[in-house]
Amino acid sequence: MSTAVAQNRGLGAAIWDYLTTVDHKKIAHLYLVSGGFFFLIGGLEAMIIRIQLMEPSNDFISAGLYNEMITMHGTTMIFLAAMPLIFAFMNAVVPLQIGARDVAFPFLNSLGFWLFLFGGLILNVSWFTGGAPDAGWTNYAPLSTTSPGHGVDYYVMGLQISGAGTLIGGINFLVTIVNMRAPGMTFMRMPLFTWTVFVTSTLILFAFPALTVGLFLMMFDRMFGSAFFDVALGGNAIIWEHLFWIFGHPEVYILILPAFGAFSEIFSTFSKKRLFGYSAMVFATVLIGFLGFMVWAHHMFTVGMGPIANSIFAVATMAIAVPTGIKIFNWMFTMWGGSIRMTTSMLWSVAFIPTFTIGGMTGVMLAAAAADYQYHDTYFVVAHFHYVIVGGLVFGIFASLHYWWPKMFGKVLNEKLGKWTFWLFFIGFHLTFFIQHFLGLMGMPRRYWTFQTNQGLDTGNLVSTLGAFLMAIGTLVFLINIVYTAVKEKQASGDPWDGRTLEWSIPSPPPHYNFKQTPLVRGLDALWVEKSEGKKGMTPAEPLGDIHMPNPSILPFMMSLGLFIAGFGFIYQVDNKMWLIAVFIGMGITLGSMLTRSVKDDIGHHIHKEDLEKGAGE
Amino acid sequence: MRGWMRNFRSLIFFGALTLILSGCGVDNISALKPEGYGSELIFDLMMISIAIMLFVFVIVMAIYTFVLIRYRRKKGQEDFIPKQTEGNKALEIIWTVIPIILLLVLAVPTVQATFDLADKSGQSNEDALTIEVTGNQYWWHFNYADQEIATSQDLYIPTGERVYLDMKSSDVIHSFWVPSIAGKMDTNPGENVNTMYLEAFEEGVYWGQCAELCGPSHSLMDFKVIAVSPEEFEQWKEDMQNIDPEAQPETASAQEGQELFQNNCMSCHAIGNAAAGVGPNLSNFGNRTMIAGILDPTKENLVDWITNPHEIKPGNQMPANLVSEEEASKIADYLLQLDHSEITPESAGGSNNEGSNE
Repeated sequence: MSTAVAQNRGLGAAIWDYLTTVDHKKIAHLYLVSGGFFFLIGGLEAMIIRIQLMEPSNDFISAGLYNEMITMHGTTMIFLAAMPLIFAFMNAVVPLQIGARDVAFPFLNSLGFWLFLFGGLILNVSWFTGGAPDAGWTNYAPLSTTSPGHGVDYYVMGLQISGAGTLIGGINFLVTIVNMRAPGMTFMRMPLFTWTVFVTSTLILFAFPALTVGLFLMMFDRMFGSAFFDVALGGNAIIWEHLFWIFGHPEVYILILPAFGAFSEIFSTFSKKRLFGYSAMVFATVLIGFLGFMVWAHHMFTVGMGPIANSIFAVATMAIAVPTGIKIFNWMFTMWGGSIRMTTSMLWSVAFIPTFTIGGMTGVMLAAAAADYQYHDTYFVVAHFHYVIVGGLVFGIFASLHYWWPKMFGKVLNEKLGKWTFWLFFIGFHLTFFIQHFLGLMGMPRRYWTFQTNQGLDTGNLVSTLGAFLMAIGTLVFLINIVYTAVKEKQASGDPWDGRTLEWSIPSPPPHYNFKQTPLVRGLDALWVEKSEGKKGMTPAEPLGDIHMPNPSILPFMMSLGLFIAGFGFIYQVDNKMWLIAVFIGMGITLGSMLTRSVKDDIGHHIHKEDLEKGAGE
Repeated sequence: MRGWMRNFRSLIFFGALTLILSGCGVDNISALKPEGYGSELIFDLMMISIAIMLFVFVIVMAIYTFVLIRYRRKKGQEDFIPKQTEGNKALEIIWTVIPIILLLVLAVPTVQATFDLADKSGQSNEDALTIEVTGNQYWWHFNYADQEIATSQDLYIPTGERVYLDMKSSDVIHSFWVPSIAGKMDTNPGENVNTMYLEAFEEGVYWGQCAELCGPSHSLMDFKVIAVSPEEFEQWKEDMQNIDPEAQPETASAQEGQELFQNNCMSCHAIGNAAAGVGPNLSNFGNRTMIAGILDPTKENLVDWITNPHEIKPGNQMPANLVSEEEASKIADYLLQLDHSEITPESAGGSNNEGSNE
C-alpha cells in the first residue's frame, strides 16, 4: 500500500471515506452526527408531547399518536441519541487518553456503528409505514404483545440490531483499555474518563445480553407464535419486566458514568488541579457499576413482589447514594483551592452539580419502597429521571462537546454562543422539570395523553411546556454555533485549554495514527507531569519507526445493510410469506460479507518512518 | 412509626415543609393531602426523606457556593498554579459515613412502612370486607365477593375500616391508584393476585386513576372511591343486594330503553350481581359520579357516549353505531333511572363537585 494516500476531496470520495472508515476518530464523527440527528428527532417528539399537555383536555394529537410519541421519544433518546453520543466521545477520546494509535478492533468498531445506525433507521421507518411502537419505551407485555399493527415489531427488530452494535462497541473498548495503554499507563494512572468508559463497557457486556434475550422472546411471541409472555397459554407477563429492567437499570449507569468521567476531566482542567481523591473516585465508579446491577427491581415496587423483596431492593438502591455522594464532594473539593475558569464546558459542569444532586436525592426518595407506591408512574418519576439523564448526561454531553470539539474538529466552539446555549437550556430545563415533581405528587400519572380541567394541574403543565420551548431554542443556538464555528473560527492549537491528559499532547485534530511515537507515561495526568517539569510535550517511549494501520473496509456497512433488509423481511413475513425473500436476501448479504471478511487476507498497511519525519501521511 | 415520627416533628423546617407541601394540589386527588391510613403513612415517610434530602442539599450548596465565589480565577492570576492536592482521608471518611447514617435513618421507617402496607393479617377476620378489583381496558370492575354485589367504576367503602382489595387484570397490566387515601398497586393478568387495603378516615369521593400505560385511553381510565359512614354503607349493601334487574321503569321511554338495552347491550353488560363481562356492570348507573369515568352524568353525554364511544375513549371495545341516536336516547333514559340505592355520592359529603368535569 502507498503510504502517502492521495486524498481526493470530492464529496463522493468523502462519503466513501466515511462509509469505509475504520479510524476511531472518524467513527466518532459518525456517531456524533447520527446521534445528534436522533437527538433532534427525539427532541421534536418531546416538543409535540409538551404541546399536547400545554392545556387540559387538549386534542392537538390523538391518543394513539401520543402513545407513539412517548414511546419513540424515550426509545430514541436512550438508544439512538444518548448511547451513540457517549460512543462518539468514547471513540474520539479514549484511544488518545491512553496513548494508543487505534482501538483494539477497528473493523468491529465500524461494524458497531453501522449496526446502531441501521437499527435506529428501522425504528424510525415505522413512522412512515403505518405506525410507530406504542407500548412505552419499556414495552411491557402484554400491552406490547397484543399491540395491533407492526409498531412493536419495529421496536423489537430495531433495538435488536442496534443493541448488537452497542454490545460489539462495548467489547471493543473493554479490550482496548485493557490491552492498548501506553507504556507506564497503569490502571491507577488512567484518566477518569477512560476509567468510566471501562466500567461502562463492562456494564454493556453484562446488561445488553439481558435485553437481547428479552427482545428475542418478544420477537418469537409476536412473529412466530410462541407464548413466553402470554398468560393464557402458560406464559408470564412479568418476566418481561424483569428482563427489561435487568438491562434497563444498568443502562442508566452505562449512560451516566462516562458523563461523570467527562465532568471529572473538565473540573480538573479548568480548576488547574488534579482530581481530588482520584482513587476514591475510581473506587466509587466501580462500586456504582456493581450496585447498578443489584437494584433493577426498584422499578417494580408496585408489581406485587411482596414486602421482603421490596425492602431488600429499597435498601440496596439507597446504598448507591453513598458512592455518588463521594463523587459530588470530590468534584467540589477539586475546585476548592483551585483557579476556576468559567468556560462554557465548565459552566455546564458546574450547573450539573446542583441539578444532579436534586436528581440523586429524588432517587433516594423513590427508593423508599412504600413511598414509591405514591411516586411510581407519576410525573414525580418523570421529573426525577429527567434530572438524572438530562441534568447528568445531556449536560455532560454539552460539556464534552465544548471541551473536546477542538480535538475532534480542530476548532474551538464559539464561547459567546456557547453561553447563550447554556443559559437558555439550563433555565428551560428547570422550568420544565422542577414543577413536574409537584405535578406528580398532586396526582398526575405519567404517560397521560390528557388531563382533566379541575385537577389543579393546568398551571404546572403550562409552565413545563414553556420551559421545553426554551430548551428547544437553546439547542437551536447550539446548531448555529456549529455552523458559525466551522465558518468563522480559527484553527485551534493542540492544547487549547492547558490540558492535563494525553489527548492534548498531539495536534488538533490528531493525525490518523494519533501518536507519531508512543508516549511514556510517568504519572497521573501525564501531560501535566511533563508540563510541570518545564517540558513542552510527552517523552516518547519508542524510537520513530513504521506505524502499522488497518485498511478501510466497506464490509461493516454491508453486513449491517443486510440485517436492515432482513429486518423488514422478519417484520412483514407475518402478513405475507413472500417477505421471507427479503430475509434471505438480507441474511445473504450479511453472511456473504462475513465470508468475504474471513477468506480475504487483509493485513493493513504501514506508514513509513521517512513519511512521518516529513510530516506526511496525515 | 408514629412515636418515632415525633422526634422529627420537632424540627422547625420539617413542620413548615409539611405545611407548604400540603398546600399543593386539589382535595381528594393529591398525594400531598392524605385522607386515609395508607396515604398518611406514606406522606410521613415522604416528609422524613424530604427533610433528610433538604439537609444534604443545603450542605452541598453551601460548599458549592463558597467554592465558586472564593476560587474563581481573578484578573492577574492567570499564571497561578494551585497546589495539586491528592485527597484527604479524613474528609473522605466523613462524607462516606455521614450519608450511610442518614440512609439508615431513612431505611428503617421505609422497611416498617413497606411491611405495614403489606399487612394482610386483618383480611382473615370474619368482618373484614374484601373486594375483588379487576382492571379492564379502560374501566374497573368491583366485585364484593361475599356480598353478592358487583359494580363498576364507583367503589363504595365504609369509613374507618380496612377494606381489602384482591386485584388482577383481565387483559394488560393496569395500576390502581387513589392518591389521597392509599398508594397504588398493579393489576396483573393471570393467576397473580395482588392485595392492598384502603382505609379512609373521612367520608368523601376520592379520585382514582390507572397509573400503568394500558393503551390509547390509559389517561381516561378514571374511577372513584366513595367513602360513606358504616351505617350508610350497610344500607348501600342491602340496596345493592336487592336489585331486581328486570324491574320496570316508570316512563314509557325508559321502558322502551330497557327492551333495547336487553336486546343490544346485555351480551357485554350486566345489571345486578353478575360477574364482569366484556363491558362494565351497570348496576346503580344513575348514581354514578361520571359516565365512562370522565363525562358529567348528563343524558346528552350518555347519548354521545353510546353512539360515539371511540371518539370519547379511543381503543375501547364498545361497538360504535350499534343503535341509532333515537334508540340511544331511550337507553339513556333507562340507564339514568337505575338508582338502585339511596346512598349516593352526595351521601359522602355531596362532593360530586370534585368529580365534575368543569
